[in-house]
Amino acid sequence: MSRATQTTTSVLSEYLSAEAIGNLLKTLAIPAAGLLIFLFIWASGAKSIDTSLGQFPGPTQVYQQSVNLIAEHNAERDKEVAFYERQEARNAKKLEKNPDAKVKIRPYTGKPTFIDQIGTSLITVMAGFVAASLIAIPVGILIGLNSGLYSALNPLIQLFKPVSPLAWLPLVTMVVSALYVTDDPLFAKSFVTSMITVSLCCLWPTMINTAVGVSGISQDLKNVSQVLRLPFLTHVVKIVLPSAIPMMFTGLRLSLGIAWMVLIAAEMLAQNPGLGKFVWDEFQNGSSNSLGRIMVAVLVIGLIGFLLDRIMLLLQRKVSWDKSAVLR
Amino acid sequence: MQTHLDISQVSIEFPTPNGPFKALDGVNLKIAKGEYVSLIGHSGCGKSTVLNIVAGLYQATQGGVLLDGREVNEPGPERAVVFQNHSLLPWLSAYENVELAVKQVFKGKKSKTEMRDWIEHNLKLVHMEHAMHKRPDEISGGMKQRVGIARALAMEPKVLLMDEPFGALDALTRAHLQDSLMEIQNELNNTVIMITHDVDEAVLLSDRIVMMTNGPAATIGEVLDIELERPRNRIQLADDPTYNSYRQAVLSFLYEKQRKVEDLDQHRPKADPEEKLADDSEEPARESA
Repeated sequence: MSRATQTTTSVLSEYLSAEAIGNLLKTLAIPAAGLLIFLFIWASGAKSIDTSLGQFPGPTQVYQQSVNLIAEHNAERDKEVAFYERQEARNAKKLEKNPDAKVKIRPYTGKPTFIDQIGTSLITVMAGFVAASLIAIPVGILIGLNSGLYSALNPLIQLFKPVSPLAWLPLVTMVVSALYVTDDPLFAKSFVTSMITVSLCCLWPTMINTAVGVSGISQDLKNVSQVLRLPFLTHVVKIVLPSAIPMMFTGLRLSLGIAWMVLIAAEMLAQNPGLGKFVWDEFQNGSSNSLGRIMVAVLVIGLIGFLLDRIMLLLQRKVSWDKSAVLR
Repeated sequence: MQTHLDISQVSIEFPTPNGPFKALDGVNLKIAKGEYVSLIGHSGCGKSTVLNIVAGLYQATQGGVLLDGREVNEPGPERAVVFQNHSLLPWLSAYENVELAVKQVFKGKKSKTEMRDWIEHNLKLVHMEHAMHKRPDEISGGMKQRVGIARALAMEPKVLLMDEPFGALDALTRAHLQDSLMEIQNELNNTVIMITHDVDEAVLLSDRIVMMTNGPAATIGEVLDIELERPRNRIQLADDPTYNSYRQAVLSFLYEKQRKVEDLDQHRPKADPEEKLADDSEEPARESA
């Protein structure tokens, strides 16, 4: 009896492990193989492309450049720490001599490193995306609820939706420099310009998808709301928003993807200190390392775009009421 | 008895591309307080339209509805509706679904604890206290309908409107819910209008059965008073001669006087509403036996 059980368990565990290996193959090995093949084609292809800035960077050069970029970042940070330490030492000395002396800490003004630029880009894209969402979601809800408003706004949406960020940018730049005039600007003009351009381009998917989600609420739920005489706000919060959430998130994810894509172009032209400016500066710089460094930026841009989408997906899982729905 | 709900000369026309379509023509019905009235008729005869007009979801083209002497012209919680497909908000638990209604109706009239007790009381009434905090997708169809009934009852409506409340349920679940409903009705004695196409259900539950003619321009054909002692028991009634004569009367109205015209193919066996109706009430077989 016990032996029989033993054999069953061992057979079962063997079967299970075989299945586990199969799963492992599927989830890890096959994508890894795809990646390896890509790296091989890239490496062999890169060797045969000669540009005026030297050979096209292959995987090895790109790896070296990424190590360099991190090292530069660390060096810059060390410099900054040293800079502040020097100031503090100097101030301490001053205070020793004269306790009433006015001391100042001057901010460090070293050039932004690659990693700083990633940070700026992320802040800019989030600012633009949040601003766009704050406009797009309420407007989407309103035009979804009111077909008259929808008819009024739809031609405008269709007109502005396909406009490229590069077309907006000169206009936005001029408008920002005309209107955003302060002695002590909270944000740099280049930041505001990039942010507004990003917003203008990523408004539309959220707006349209929210409107579609809202207008698709089932008549039954609308009847319930009518019978209960729910006030407008309760109706929106309890019935409209939850039913529109899946479509809304589809829109938000599309918008964030567009925002990230638009941002790089906007930064290049607006000279906002971000990844786009990094790419542009490297291109202008034209050293033998430039192409490798640009390639690092390309990969980082892709990776961040992917991560942003995953974050939105996690957020959607958290907010969505229907946990059984398959989200991808 | 005094008239509680007065449906008088109600006609309704719907605009269509081929001109207006008259769905109802001159529907007159007076309902007393505490009365349980069923509307029965073939599919598409306008039963639901009558209910929707009483609910205020549709506006009558001519005539109107008076509730306690006041005209009905918009939906409201004093005419609570139990919808055929439960219409619970899928993102709220059973408790929260009832809570939404209770908060709306008793805002400022009940304290927080009173509201909680009232919600729980109503869920207990439909025997849903064990699954109060489950969401609609976690409970069965019958349970969803129970919550729908609890939500409607919790509004303390003057008239309870039920649109084929058990139409989407299997026969056994339906019988359970009918029993629950009779039990609740004994206790609360609500005024109810129920739409059904199940003959047994109509006879078992109602004080009065209103039979509707076929559309277009449907109206009330016959009204049958059901004078059976309450509480009613479905098993005892099964061979009660009065009960069977009532069933007979309804069936003869539906299948002889208002035989639905088959306009496409006379011999098509199953595809038309009448046959489906017969299936629902398991009729022809038993009738011939």
